[in-house]
Amino acid sequence: MNRGGSSPSAAANYLLCTNCRKVLRKDKRIRVSQPLTRGPSAFIPEKEVVQANTVDERTNFLVEEYSTSGRLDNITQVMSLHTQYLESFLRSQFYMLRMDGPLPLPYRHYIAIMAAARHRCSYLINMHVDEFLKTGGIPEWLNGLEYVPQRLKNLNEINKLLAHRPWLITKEHIQKLVKTGENNWSLPELVHAVVLLTHYHALASFVFGSGINPERDPEISNGFRLISVNNFCVCDLANDNSIENASLTGSNYGIVDSLSELEALMERMKRLQEERDDEEASQEEMTTRFEKEKKESLFVVSGDTFHSFPHSDFEDDMIVTSDVSRYIEDPGFGYEDFARRGEEHLPTFRAQDYTWENHGFSLVNRLYSDIGHLLDEKFRMVYNLTYNTMATHEDVDTTMLRRALFNYVHCMFGIRYDDYDYGEVNQLLERSLKVYIKTVTCYPERTTKRMYDSYWRQFKHSEKVHVNLLLMEARMQAELLYALRAITRHLT
Amino acid sequence: MEKMSRVTTALGGSTLTGRTMHCHLDAPANAISVCRDAAQVVVAGRSIFKIYSIEEEQFVEKLNLRVGRKPSLNLSCADVVWHQMDENLLATAATNGVVVTWNLGRPSRNKQDQLFTEHKRTVNKVCFHPTEAHVLLSGSQDGFMKCFDLRRKDSVSTFSGQSESVRDVQFSIRDYFTFASTFENGNVQLWDIRRPDRCERMFTAHNGPVFCCDWHPEDRGWLATGGRDKMVKVWDMTTHRAKEMHCVQTIASVARVKWRPECRHHLATCSMMVDHNIYVWDVRRPFVPAAMFEEHRDVTTGIAWRHPHDPSFLLSGSKDSSLCQHLFRDASQPVERANPEGLCYGLFGDLAFAAKESLVAAESGRKPYPGDRRHPMFFKRKLDPAEPFAGLASSALSVFEMEPGGGGMGWFVDTAERYALTGRPLAELCDHNAKVARELGRNQVAQTWTMLRIIYCSPGLVPSANLNHSVGKGSSCGLPLMNSFNLKDMAPGLGSETRLDRGKGDARSDTALLDSSATLITNEDNEETEGSDVPTDYLLGDAEGEEDELYLLDPEHAHPEEPEYVLPQEAFPLRHEIVDTPPGPEHLQDKADSPHVSGSEADATSLAPMDSSFSLLSVSHALYDSRLPPDFFSVLVRDMLRFYAEQGDVQMAVSVLIVLGERVRKDIDEQTQEHWYTSYIDLLQRFRLWNVSNEVVKLSTSRAISCLNQASTTLHVNCSHCKRPMSSRGWVCDRCHRCASMCAVCHHVVKGLFVWCQGCSHGGHLQHIMKWLEGSSHCPAGCGHLCEYS
Repeated sequence: MNRGGSSPSAAANYLLCTNCRKVLRKDKRIRVSQPLTRGPSAFIPEKEVVQANTVDERTNFLVEEYSTSGRLDNITQVMSLHTQYLESFLRSQFYMLRMDGPLPLPYRHYIAIMAAARHRCSYLINMHVDEFLKTGGIPEWLNGLEYVPQRLKNLNEINKLLAHRPWLITKEHIQKLVKTGENNWSLPELVHAVVLLTHYHALASFVFGSGINPERDPEISNGFRLISVNNFCVCDLANDNSIENASLTGSNYGIVDSLSELEALMERMKRLQEERDDEEASQEEMTTRFEKEKKESLFVVSGDTFHSFPHSDFEDDMIVTSDVSRYIEDPGFGYEDFARRGEEHLPTFRAQDYTWENHGFSLVNRLYSDIGHLLDEKFRMVYNLTYNTMATHEDVDTTMLRRALFNYVHCMFGIRYDDYDYGEVNQLLERSLKVYIKTVTCYPERTTKRMYDSYWRQFKHSEKVHVNLLLMEARMQAELLYALRAITRHLT
Repeated sequence: MEKMSRVTTALGGSTLTGRTMHCHLDAPANAISVCRDAAQVVVAGRSIFKIYSIEEEQFVEKLNLRVGRKPSLNLSCADVVWHQMDENLLATAATNGVVVTWNLGRPSRNKQDQLFTEHKRTVNKVCFHPTEAHVLLSGSQDGFMKCFDLRRKDSVSTFSGQSESVRDVQFSIRDYFTFASTFENGNVQLWDIRRPDRCERMFTAHNGPVFCCDWHPEDRGWLATGGRDKMVKVWDMTTHRAKEMHCVQTIASVARVKWRPECRHHLATCSMMVDHNIYVWDVRRPFVPAAMFEEHRDVTTGIAWRHPHDPSFLLSGSKDSSLCQHLFRDASQPVERANPEGLCYGLFGDLAFAAKESLVAAESGRKPYPGDRRHPMFFKRKLDPAEPFAGLASSALSVFEMEPGGGGMGWFVDTAERYALTGRPLAELCDHNAKVARELGRNQVAQTWTMLRIIYCSPGLVPSANLNHSVGKGSSCGLPLMNSFNLKDMAPGLGSETRLDRGKGDARSDTALLDSSATLITNEDNEETEGSDVPTDYLLGDAEGEEDELYLLDPEHAHPEEPEYVLPQEAFPLRHEIVDTPPGPEHLQDKADSPHVSGSEADATSLAPMDSSFSLLSVSHALYDSRLPPDFFSVLVRDMLRFYAEQGDVQMAVSVLIVLGERVRKDIDEQTQEHWYTSYIDLLQRFRLWNVSNEVVKLSTSRAISCLNQASTTLHVNCSHCKRPMSSRGWVCDRCHRCASMCAVCHHVVKGLFVWCQGCSHGGHLQHIMKWLEGSSHCPAGCGHLCEYS
């Protein structure tokens, strides 16, 4: 697994969670064994993915046609649980990396590296370091941001904002990029860069959210690859997929609980569907609900001490992943709750005033032709994808659930839909799921297997991947909307 | 904007007056609607809902409908409509999915009448029935259209768009029961209000969402639609299938479309993004808008004609928080600024040129260029009084034709087809191509080929008669075109030699080339002075028979410019380079290494140095003996190629480039080569010489070119059983798991070329079928059909 050349111990490649660290400190003799993660994902048993794969020749065909690396990487393998979506995903990714576009190929990969680095996603960084060199990029750039042209460096600001607090992007940021003399970006170039940035921020969410394992490929030692840090603590992975998680099976209560959990969720969905007609909340009520949801999302992670990293621990992580930092400027900048910013009176983004369908699409397509159609298809696909199943139940209309997930992500970025009752989110998304959503979309690098396992225990892995897809696309759309709105304002 | 202009229109007693004016609103508008009396307008937006009266000089706020302490989302309007029968009745669509009706006749401050909360998502559009007082229709993001009777509390009927978001709904003005709805997926549906179970008709109108539609006020079946794909389309709905009558391409997605009253072919549009102007189009002239209103600073969100029978007043609301009244008279007309001119260059050298008549007339005093035949043709459109800019439509079209005979492009096609570019030793290729050129009467070119052969090939292989013949003819019976090459525009490489000859004062152009090159040797190397004499003498002796002919034709050469072309010695730019070039042996080594040189050639050249005496047989031999390095010629050849390319004969440049391959390639920069290749390929394709063009692509060494025939090489096939596309392989269908194409002869799967009879649709491997049909005329499948193979 260790591709960096220097190999301390295999275990060092994994982040250690607070608990394990304490244990280790106490008893130095305990050796942490190399976890037995096989397959593309650390969260999903290999057979689940592989089974699905062998059936599907369509995937292979898609990979042949659209993969840039020419191989079936782990992301694709996990996504191939949803072939329909995979096609539009690969097509749009291929288009933005390989087809006609305003930016030269090495630039595109470098921008991908910059975007992935914001979330310390070594998986994506390694992948694009290889591609960057393959497409004729200058190896020196990989030494860090000081070595790249000023033009790329200028992109740092919006990269940072987009990744963590997209609502702060204003037309001034755009103007700064577009009008800086010799290092300026043309609008089409900028749009291309923005599409790449948002795509890779969102993809990082997916990678962490689905526990994508590092690629096992032959040693390519170009000296620029990072030590593959698997972000999942050994204790998470030690109870490998074959072994049941003790905390889940520890008591019968757990099973009963999760079973009834599912039933209860379905019950609630049903009730909501029926109720909607007779009960109509007042406008004030609706607004409060949105604000409440926004506020609550604020406590979701910070209140949950078990999952969150105390600050000092996070510092430690920074040392482990310091390799990544050469691609980042201002590493301390992270997600800050939108709700908390209310004090500064940042207006809520009204979804109806700047929608993807009406406004975003037209702008993107105008400046970077055809990508609009591909993204449009991808967003539609993920929004409408359904198999009408929920865990063991069939013929369920999951529209409500999907919409709740999508809108909850947008809510955390301060985007509000007038026609949505945010009370539904509260009804449909349990706390553990909210924790997971918030972590995956806002601080994906902190996702743990425990979080992944702790919600919707009855659901299939493919359904959880579906959730991840929704989160990823919702996040990408939210970032895009903010960026494009800023560009539109710059234009008018 | 401030320009005063009063327009009065007689409209059955009442008159509309006004001027172009605007007023500031407190917030961005989302939609506007006009009252029946044309004196009031309602503006609605996220945080504005007001009625303004339209005075002569200004807008005056009349009523604010947005009342209450805390404005609710029900007042956040996406659309507003004013009933055309009842002046007191309004309806709004809210972004939270509520449909609200308003009764201005209510005595209280709050005019809200009814609230329908049936839609789950944003309502995009509301529409009153044009004649029925109580019928209201709404279309929503949730994919449903609902019809309300205002006398009841609930909807009367619900129409389902199959979970596709509805963007617009419009009652037909003429058909009582019909309404049209447009969808996010590009579809347009036609419904009968009495039949909520399914739509009457559905068709795909646009690629991407259809944002708006509008029924023509007079023409019963005409529906205009506008979409995100930047198009406005006009459909005729009276026929069995909706027929696209007109299509206007705009520069941004179309947010609203409204037919202009009293002007059958005019409609107004505004866009959703980027473009802030309002355009009025004549759908018959879809390229330039008839009128343009440029008042707004942000996107226009709502447009409405003030009166259903007055075409000159347009009202608009915008995101820039302003409400405008536009007067058609004050509109800017892009047509006036346009300079309609067109120029097209034909394949055979013809030139057509169309311009505004006035421009052409002004120019007509100029004397036509001699030698060109000019056929001016004038087209005048029939004047249509209804059309405001008919006068501009008249234009003059001039066609310039090439002189018959002189400019035919037959030679190009012939040459392209007959040239040999590869597959044989260089000498043979040159000879062949020279022969082709000669037969087509292009002696200059033939001469060049021969020269190339002499320069690059071994001695002893050139039949002297052939050489002489070609040279002699080359200058004697050239076409006028060729003559001009000779006399005027020769590039330094080749031209200098001819000029040198002329400078000497003797018109023996048959020996020009050889003579000069021989002279070159003398000049440069200063060793073998006989080198120049021997071949010249030899050739002269042999060519005597043709000398007369040459002299006879000479007057034709005698252009007035001729004397000016006395060649200064500096015309040999190569002289200095010679000093630095490597000596002979190394060059020979080079040649032997070159993969393009056949064995015999290599042998011959390696023999050359030993045979140091000047043979009478060949000039080239002499050249080698004088130990001229190859670079010497490559510069010459490069200039020669440049010369041809500049003359427009890119065919020659590319052909030589391919034939000589490595020998010259390095001397010409990549970009130029690529440029030549693309031009030649483009020409070939315009002449439909697909095979030749493909050969050229294949033989090119430039990466950009050779990838040309790698693009779009996929052939998509459908399965012959289930008619679905076969995605992974071309011969096995993934769905029905059958092999799609079996050979009727060998009964195996055909994986490559499949040929089939169009009569009985049996077929198989190309080779098998060909063989079979040689012996039998019946179908190999035994169906009894008499198949033909041609």
